[in-house]
Amino acid sequence: MGGMTRFFKSLFLVELLKGMRLTGRYLFSKKITVQYPEEKTPQSHRFRGKHALRRYANGEERCIACKLCEAVCPALAITIESEQRDDGSRRTTRYDIDLSKCIFCGFCEESCPVDSIVETREYEYHGETREDLLMTKEKLLAMGDKYEEEIAADRAKDAIYR
Amino acid sequence: MGDKKVTIEVNGQEIETQAGRMLIEIADEVGIPVPRFCYHKKLSVAANCRMCLVEMQAMREGMENPVVPACATPIGDGMKFYTKSPKAIAAQKGVMEFLLINHPLDCPICDQGGECELQDIAIGYGEGYSQYTEAKRVVKNKDLGPLIATDMTRCIHCTRCVRFGEEIAGTRELGMIGRGEHTEITTYLEHSISSEMSANVIDLCPVGALTSKPFRYSARSWELNNVDAIAAHDCVGSNIIVQTLHNKVKRVLPRENEALNEVWLSDRDRFSYLSQTHTERLETPMIKKGGEWQCCDWNTALTTLVAELDILVKDKKNTIGALLSPSSTLEEGYLLQKIVRGMGQHNIDFRIRQQDFSQQTLDPLYPHLGVNIDDISTLDAVMLIGSNIHKDQPIIGHRLRQAVLKNDTKVMAVSHRQYSFHFPVTENIIVHPQRIALQLAGIAKALLTLNNASAPTGLKEVIDDMLITDIQQKMAEKLQAAKRGHLILGNMIYGLEDYAQIRMLASLIASLSECNIGYLTEGANAAGLAIAGCLPHRKEVGKENNQDVGLHAQEMLSKTLDAYILLGIEPELDTLNPQQAINTLTASSMVVVMNAFVTDTMKQYANILLPISTPLETSGTFVNTNGMWQSFTGAVSPYKEARPAWKVLRVLGNLFELDDFDYRSSEEVKESIASKYTAEKFDNRIIWQEHLFENRINNVNNEPIRISDVPGYAIDAMVRRADALQDSLDMQIADKVLMNEKLAQVLQCHADNIVEVEQLEGSGKFIVAIDESIPDDCIYIPSAVAATTNLAAPFSTVSIKE
Repeated sequence: MGGMTRFFKSLFLVELLKGMRLTGRYLFSKKITVQYPEEKTPQSHRFRGKHALRRYANGEERCIACKLCEAVCPALAITIESEQRDDGSRRTTRYDIDLSKCIFCGFCEESCPVDSIVETREYEYHGETREDLLMTKEKLLAMGDKYEEEIAADRAKDAIYR
Repeated sequence: MGDKKVTIEVNGQEIETQAGRMLIEIADEVGIPVPRFCYHKKLSVAANCRMCLVEMQAMREGMENPVVPACATPIGDGMKFYTKSPKAIAAQKGVMEFLLINHPLDCPICDQGGECELQDIAIGYGEGYSQYTEAKRVVKNKDLGPLIATDMTRCIHCTRCVRFGEEIAGTRELGMIGRGEHTEITTYLEHSISSEMSANVIDLCPVGALTSKPFRYSARSWELNNVDAIAAHDCVGSNIIVQTLHNKVKRVLPRENEALNEVWLSDRDRFSYLSQTHTERLETPMIKKGGEWQCCDWNTALTTLVAELDILVKDKKNTIGALLSPSSTLEEGYLLQKIVRGMGQHNIDFRIRQQDFSQQTLDPLYPHLGVNIDDISTLDAVMLIGSNIHKDQPIIGHRLRQAVLKNDTKVMAVSHRQYSFHFPVTENIIVHPQRIALQLAGIAKALLTLNNASAPTGLKEVIDDMLITDIQQKMAEKLQAAKRGHLILGNMIYGLEDYAQIRMLASLIASLSECNIGYLTEGANAAGLAIAGCLPHRKEVGKENNQDVGLHAQEMLSKTLDAYILLGIEPELDTLNPQQAINTLTASSMVVVMNAFVTDTMKQYANILLPISTPLETSGTFVNTNGMWQSFTGAVSPYKEARPAWKVLRVLGNLFELDDFDYRSSEEVKESIASKYTAEKFDNRIIWQEHLFENRINNVNNEPIRISDVPGYAIDAMVRRADALQDSLDMQIADKVLMNEKLAQVLQCHADNIVEVEQLEGSGKFIVAIDESIPDDCIYIPSAVAATTNLAAPFSTVSIKE
């Protein structure tokens, strides 16, 4: 019996028609393709992209070198070295994020007691060498300076859920 | 109380133990967790944090169960406790809430974060919110010196640091003032802490109020790797944990060892790691060619060295001398003496600060304290001869203090300077160093009279017309009365020119009073190096070398040899007579310096510089003053091109084509000594040598003489480069010349004036300080500090010019 069914199914190309039906449905439905880079998909304010280190309004860096992000990072992508700055405060002398290790889980952001390390909406970046993908403290602070308004607005939007 | 056995019940678990002990001790023993802040097993019970409240079964029917502090509740038979009952938990939570009222929420920037007792316990007993809405208090930070950083707002007033000061350090420098909300821990006077064990309060502090200043903000406790090691700065061999990060030493902490350091650590052992990355670290091997220093690789350096030494050695008349630091490891010492002896020479010595070697054949196999460190508290009477015990060997000083406090041990001191010990000294003889022997002879005479014994030959003439002073008589009586008396020869005694006589007399006193006698030595491994055979008159494991005794340290540095190998020492600081040492070494045609550090002075006399690792970077073994062999591994890899000295010496042995130099690890080197060594019990007392007193006891002329000792933070190259230690109160003496008022008037010196001190052809500038702890006709100038590198040996005459 099974043999007969298979024979007629293959004779009348049933499988192929089934497939063509799906293709046909999409052929006439509304297109969802985004014409990147001209068009972009909408982003959540919780989007986790490239990292940034934030500053306070007075220009002082937020990071206090508590190293919680380094400790929580599951990919071991963060390296921090710290010391006492001349004014007696606890500061980093080195804050590196290796983007080739980072899995963008956002734990660093969640662990930060001073909202210093954040993940921005920036996802369009590339590196031609490994070094390009190593975010140093300077690069991270520059990111923060560049996107501060957006970052602050996103955190404010999310604050009610925290 | 005492031995009576009782049975108690904790959380339904029956425990049998002695009556009268505190509940918390028993809970700790059986592993029942009880939260606490103020209780510490080595300190007295204060019961002021109230965190250890537990529920106790009421003694009478119908009474409500009380909540009692576990640390201050002596147990009795049949008592029942509940540490986790709702009532106990509620009490603990209540206490926790009060403690957290004023504690700042700055854990992210607090160095204690991650190893904080308050943090840990707050996880278990703290609430996630606070009902407290009033203002939190803020307390001003205190300046406790270069070692301890303070954040007093974090203090929870457990008073562990205060009790540590009173009970362990013996310096009541911290105290609690004010009441209620105004309570503060503070120094009564505004000054830094002077105790040599002060940094232990960092470990004791359960919160981040007292933290390590040099470590401040440099790492987090959870990211550090722990390596077990042995402290390298005194003959105790304190057990330590070296904490490293990214191949750098970040911190040193004590490792508990009841037989040695208990839970304590001296500041010197704790902070000497700061020298690890000092700017004076030697980075690569260097050779001097035509007066110019050139960096080179190891291969070039070693082959040049071997070629030059080989030419020297071929001519048998040439002499090679090796001097090594008493803190070199057993392995380094063993290999170095093997090389020197392989060249047919016996000139090797680690006793670089000793002056009188006349009776070296009488030395015991190795300098032994004569009593186990953990038995010191059972001694009845101790006589310190030339020892600044609490600065030289802080742990032994601490043990002695405990003995005085708990066992009422009588401590007596004979010395050239009145040291301010942290325990009471019943009798104190402070004399001109050349009169120490006479004083001991007086004590011996008093003991002879007490025993109705006649003086041994030789001594009779010396003591016949001597008057016994009151103090001598009292000392003799105390030693005689002691069931367990002990004499200790301290670090200073080796530099005296009549060391042999002093030791002989001390030994006689010990025999007459049936006491024991022991040595305290400089360096971490004097015992190990003696066993390894780094002595001109003895090969490894004490084999006598009678027919061919080599030159001892003094001889090596007084007559110029053809070549020198210096391992881990800076002769300009580490030898008795820096002036002579530099002259001799400069005159020599070949000086090989193996050191972790390099200085300009070193570059003047050296021909080859080999960078070796510090004790934190090498594996090895130290033998402490109790004959305990303690091996350790390197905590970090050697700095730049530096290599462990034992490896360098092993390769040198191969290049010299000496036999049996195929060691693959430091354990193998140690094993080859250990296999020959049989630990035997020996008596430090020596047989009476009558000829020693043929010339009587030396005569004192009344010219001012320089007396000296090595300040605690100047003892070796590492400690001298630990900046935080150099900034401490103890090192303020480094550029001072001390004398008493009487001598100052004779010499017309005034306090705080700068004077020039001349000794033979060298001189140095010092600031005058008047100090009544210095005996008459003595001028105290420390040794091993930069200002004295041009001076000659201490205990000889000096002149002072304004």
